[in-house]
Amino acid sequence: MEELTSLDPRYVTVVRIRTALATLPILIAAFVLEGADILPFGVVIAPVILLAAFIIFRIPLRRYSARGYSMGEDRLRVVRGLLFRSDTVVPFGRVQHIDVDQGPLERAFGLSTLTVHTAGTHNASVHLPGLASDDAVAMREEIRAHIKRETL
Amino acid sequence: MSEPAIPIGVPQRTNPVSVLAQGASAVRNALFPMIAIFFGSGSRGYSVMLALGIGVLVIAVGTLRSYIRWRRLTYTVGQEDIRVESGVLSRAARSVPYDRIQDVSLEQALIPRLFGLVEVRFETGAGGKDELKLAFLRESEGEALRELVRAQKDGAGIAVPEASGAGEASGDGVATLEAASEVLFAMPPKRLVTFGLFEFSLAVFAVLAGLAQYADTFAGIELWDPDLWMEWLAGPGDWIAHLGPMAQVISAIAGLVTLFVVGSVTGLVRTVLRDWGFVLERTAKGFRRRRGLLTRTDVVMPAHRVQALEIGTRMIRRRFGWHGLKFVSLAQDAGGASHDVAPFAKLGELAPIVTAAGFAMPPDDLDWQRSSKSYRNAGMWIDAIIPSLLGLVLLGIALLTDSDTLGGRWWVALIPFAIGMFLALRQFFLWRYARNAIDDRQLYRRSGWLAPSTAIANRVKLQSVEIAQGPLARLRGYATLHLGLAGGSFVIAGLPLDRAQQLRAAILDSISATDFSELT
Repeated sequence: MEELTSLDPRYVTVVRIRTALATLPILIAAFVLEGADILPFGVVIAPVILLAAFIIFRIPLRRYSARGYSMGEDRLRVVRGLLFRSDTVVPFGRVQHIDVDQGPLERAFGLSTLTVHTAGTHNASVHLPGLASDDAVAMREEIRAHIKRETL
Repeated sequence: MSEPAIPIGVPQRTNPVSVLAQGASAVRNALFPMIAIFFGSGSRGYSVMLALGIGVLVIAVGTLRSYIRWRRLTYTVGQEDIRVESGVLSRAARSVPYDRIQDVSLEQALIPRLFGLVEVRFETGAGGKDELKLAFLRESEGEALRELVRAQKDGAGIAVPEASGAGEASGDGVATLEAASEVLFAMPPKRLVTFGLFEFSLAVFAVLAGLAQYADTFAGIELWDPDLWMEWLAGPGDWIAHLGPMAQVISAIAGLVTLFVVGSVTGLVRTVLRDWGFVLERTAKGFRRRRGLLTRTDVVMPAHRVQALEIGTRMIRRRFGWHGLKFVSLAQDAGGASHDVAPFAKLGELAPIVTAAGFAMPPDDLDWQRSSKSYRNAGMWIDAIIPSLLGLVLLGIALLTDSDTLGGRWWVALIPFAIGMFLALRQFFLWRYARNAIDDRQLYRRSGWLAPSTAIANRVKLQSVEIAQGPLARLRGYATLHLGLAGGSFVIAGLPLDRAQQLRAAILDSISATDFSELT
């Protein structure tokens, strides 16, 4: 199999911010519990902060290195997953339509998510996040050009 | 019978008689309120009048509603699409292009059938409630509309040779299918009865339980109250206790026999209602299936829309050589994702249908491969360990406490171990019977232990290929292959990793050689 292309490194930051936002309520709860002075100092807050740091700093990096894609002559391959690996190939000839999406966070970092839709029930839409916006648009054009050529 | 030509581009209403047909259906809705009112008001003299009054009201409102709906619904058969405008206060307009219509099916429930009406459904693959349907048109109108949609879909140029080839087709310009059709599979009553007996079902008891629940809430008979039964046993049912062991055994056997008879009769009735007059035909444009005793359905499936096949069976009927064949496609069948094309047939009868769909039965010299042994072992261990843990906990409780909790019956703790053993054994046999194979055109998967089934997919008609691995799978070097199939799923679990990669490479090569637009 061909070499995989890594995602844009800024994707790590985006995922980190996203995870940080998700863990925020738990951190706040831990601080409140700590402030209530029921347990000795640090019993709650120390493990929670350590765990949060691991989830926010380490996991996104590992996720990033687990993800990858490759654009072949006539197919797109998307690899993802830390524990549960999945390696999907969508031939351009089977792409129904293509989306390029940007969330607010992604826009701030100039990233985009490329989604290709197929007619299959499984893998009806294959997402590829963390692409530099220009790359995503270029990939979309390439896939589209390919579809057009085959159809005409 | 003069077949009405359908005017193009003119908004039309559905058949006015549908108002009556729908009003008649409202009788069914009126029944429950009537009964409820009758008993609710204490079954006194005026109750009958009251119940009848309510019934008439419900039917009148139902009919009025269908009348207004009928007034406000129009459909237009256009050059490129079918449009339906509907809605009383808020209007909705829907347009379905001919290109996107997978098939047109006609359905006749009992009441519309008495009026000679038919419900026309346009299957687009959207599924369920989103499908476009017209209720009701006259039977001939439905047929004509279907022919028209088909002609529009294929372009007029293709429809013309059809008409001339059909020979004695009714001379109104619309080619009828019947002339050029060939019966592929039919179920005469005798076959249907055999099928029905194999469709043993205890669903009737579920219905009875539901009714009991209903009686419980509305009639105040508390069926689940043990006191009721204790009283009955002490009173009128007293004789059962005095019968002696022999008679009790006999009555138990009688009970089982009753269960068997009731289950068989239920299965038979359900099957006859659903599959009466089952005919599958191969027509110029695809497959046509008609079935049903009270509700007749008439479904047409274009042959090239068939994405994959499933040949299945059940534990007991398999011993007699009966199998069922289903077509996987984007369109949905009543209650199922796949179309039943031959629910109960010998393998020899299935072969011509498979060929007609553009597929082939697995050849004898096919190179069937097993799944990975590590996959089998992992499955066996997981299935054995989980119940065993429960067993250990139970055993611990039995030994540590003074065995009071289990009432001295420590062997109860062995049951989970037995279950674990059985599950592990089952995994072993599942692995033994699971096979996969590939040839130039098709991909095959066989699965199941007591009721094996075979799935056949066309290599070219797959949409994507995914290799998935969990943590255990990566450790032990096996993988699951998920194939994107329009309207169904095709998964081969526990393949050795290199086999999975081989299969993927082979399938991708076939897919890339053909564009999607050449498939449909």
